[in-house]
Amino acid sequence: MTPPSSIASVIPKGGNLRIRRVWNSVMLVLLVLGSIVVVSPLIAVLGAVLVNGLATINWAFLTQEFRPVTEGGGGVWHAIVGTLLMNLLALLIGGLLGFAGGVLLSEYPDHPINPYLRTISDLLNGLPALLKGLVIYAIIVLPTGMFSGYAGALALAIILTPIVLRATEGVLQLVPWSVREAGLALGLPRWRVIISLVIPAATAGVVTGLMLGFARAAGEAAPLYFTAGGSQFLNFNLGQQTESLALTIFKYANEPSVLRQEQAWGAALILTIMVLIASLLARWATRKYN
Amino acid sequence: MASQPPPIGARQSPLYRAFGDRIFLAALLLFGLIVIGIVILMGWQLAAGGSQAFAQFGLLGFLGGVTWDPVADIYGAWPFIIGTLITSLAAIVLAFFPAIAVAIYAVEYAPRWLGSILQYALELLAALPSVIYGLWGLLVLAPILRSQQQSIVTWALENQQDWLLAILGPPIGFGMTTAVIVLAVMVIPYAASLAKDSIALVPGAQREAAYALGATKWEVIKNAVLPYAKGGILAGIILGFTRALGETMAVVMVIGNNNNLPFTLFGSATTIPASIINEFGEAMDLKLSALLALGFVLFIMSGLMNLLAAWIVKRMSVEGRL
Repeated sequence: MTPPSSIASVIPKGGNLRIRRVWNSVMLVLLVLGSIVVVSPLIAVLGAVLVNGLATINWAFLTQEFRPVTEGGGGVWHAIVGTLLMNLLALLIGGLLGFAGGVLLSEYPDHPINPYLRTISDLLNGLPALLKGLVIYAIIVLPTGMFSGYAGALALAIILTPIVLRATEGVLQLVPWSVREAGLALGLPRWRVIISLVIPAATAGVVTGLMLGFARAAGEAAPLYFTAGGSQFLNFNLGQQTESLALTIFKYANEPSVLRQEQAWGAALILTIMVLIASLLARWATRKYN
Repeated sequence: MASQPPPIGARQSPLYRAFGDRIFLAALLLFGLIVIGIVILMGWQLAAGGSQAFAQFGLLGFLGGVTWDPVADIYGAWPFIIGTLITSLAAIVLAFFPAIAVAIYAVEYAPRWLGSILQYALELLAALPSVIYGLWGLLVLAPILRSQQQSIVTWALENQQDWLLAILGPPIGFGMTTAVIVLAVMVIPYAASLAKDSIALVPGAQREAAYALGATKWEVIKNAVLPYAKGGILAGIILGFTRALGETMAVVMVIGNNNNLPFTLFGSATTIPASIINEFGEAMDLKLSALLALGFVLFIMSGLMNLLAAWIVKRMSVEGRL
């Protein structure tokens, strides 16, 4: 790109080496300061979540449902169940869509639809999660007239899909073509080669994609606001309004009651741990794969 | 589609001939088309839902309208659009130097162990849910900023700086400044990781050539590395900006939600996502349509910026690889 001549013209000739050395050190100090500026909010946020969350979390908080503040406030069990159920369903739907799309991109690289699919999938990944909830609201909640866990799961599935898709594509491409050729040489049809040879070789990578998707979807509150609607009751039926931890944090944080704010920190710690476990699993699976 | 020749002495089900491959590909295509369909459906539904508001006020009337008055049933999007643009731009400006600095430091200076710690820190920053940033902004950052803002405003009052007071606005701790700081923290990992990747892609020979000319380490970075990586850095900045545009929960919790222009530095303001969440509760008919129309505006803004970033990354990779 930049030809060497332009570099030579920028670097001053002759003396002033001392000034350049000083400048060199000044920039290093600035870079270190900038890095500290980046890392310190992470420590501040994680520290606040850990300290305040640990002060709140106990067995009752984890296992009780919602109760009014006057009755001790209860816990977030209903929200944990709701979060897990909706994300499980979302993982099924979004996982299937994203996985299939990823297989298409990786195993049929010349298919005419691929450039569009790749662009659109990245676009979908970049679009605000809020809009994904809003569109499910418009096509499902509004016509049926009710919030439901299913609608919430669908919104989360849309968030998951592009993440799983690109992760699947990336990991399938790491499987060497000779594996496919070996299968084809045995007379296996292409679909059998993909299902029996390519995908098993990339399982860990697919798990990574799913975990990354879960880590993202589990923390989303905005799309669920329009779809799952939130709830104060424990239910295992996604046909009803469903609570999620992220929604709980949002609602409790804005309440004037100190108890509720403490509970928001507690819920935040649980959610953070969930997200951390998912991203650690994703990391671990990738490392194993490599 | 390259079909395989049928196996010799075929005895299997037809699935083991070209027929099976065709079904398999058709299934994959169906799922792929669903993914594409989702995005088209999003745009269509938001536009259709917002059509009532667009028809009522006219496209330009809605976009440029400064009044948002649910009581009078008048809805204009301008305060939200301008609030979104100002907070996102300010956030990315604030995030720019730290993001570039951490990217350069992680690739060029840090020993391997520190580099991977920084990498992991960036991943964590990106992975933390936005409600948690919102919670922190609301309960930790806002009270701190409020006391800082109060002392600044008190100083301005004592010194009769009326023009300054008009810019600063009420020091309540919930508003533009708090939202921008929270947003900046949230977009740094996006800008930094793309910048980091593209700096890491700069060939070693490029650096060695500059060293051979007698450049100091910083001069190597400034003159040989950064110009080479500028496409990726730019794409990261745009992606960070896009992320800030659509950020919802963290903003709605700290920005104070006020749609009366003009916005002030410390005073409360609003953005498109924040207002959609905030006004949604009691929305019916025309108001609901106006909110969906706001969603459509956000869809277009965010979509265009995403495509722009993707285009820059693509152009960079074509030129940058060799």
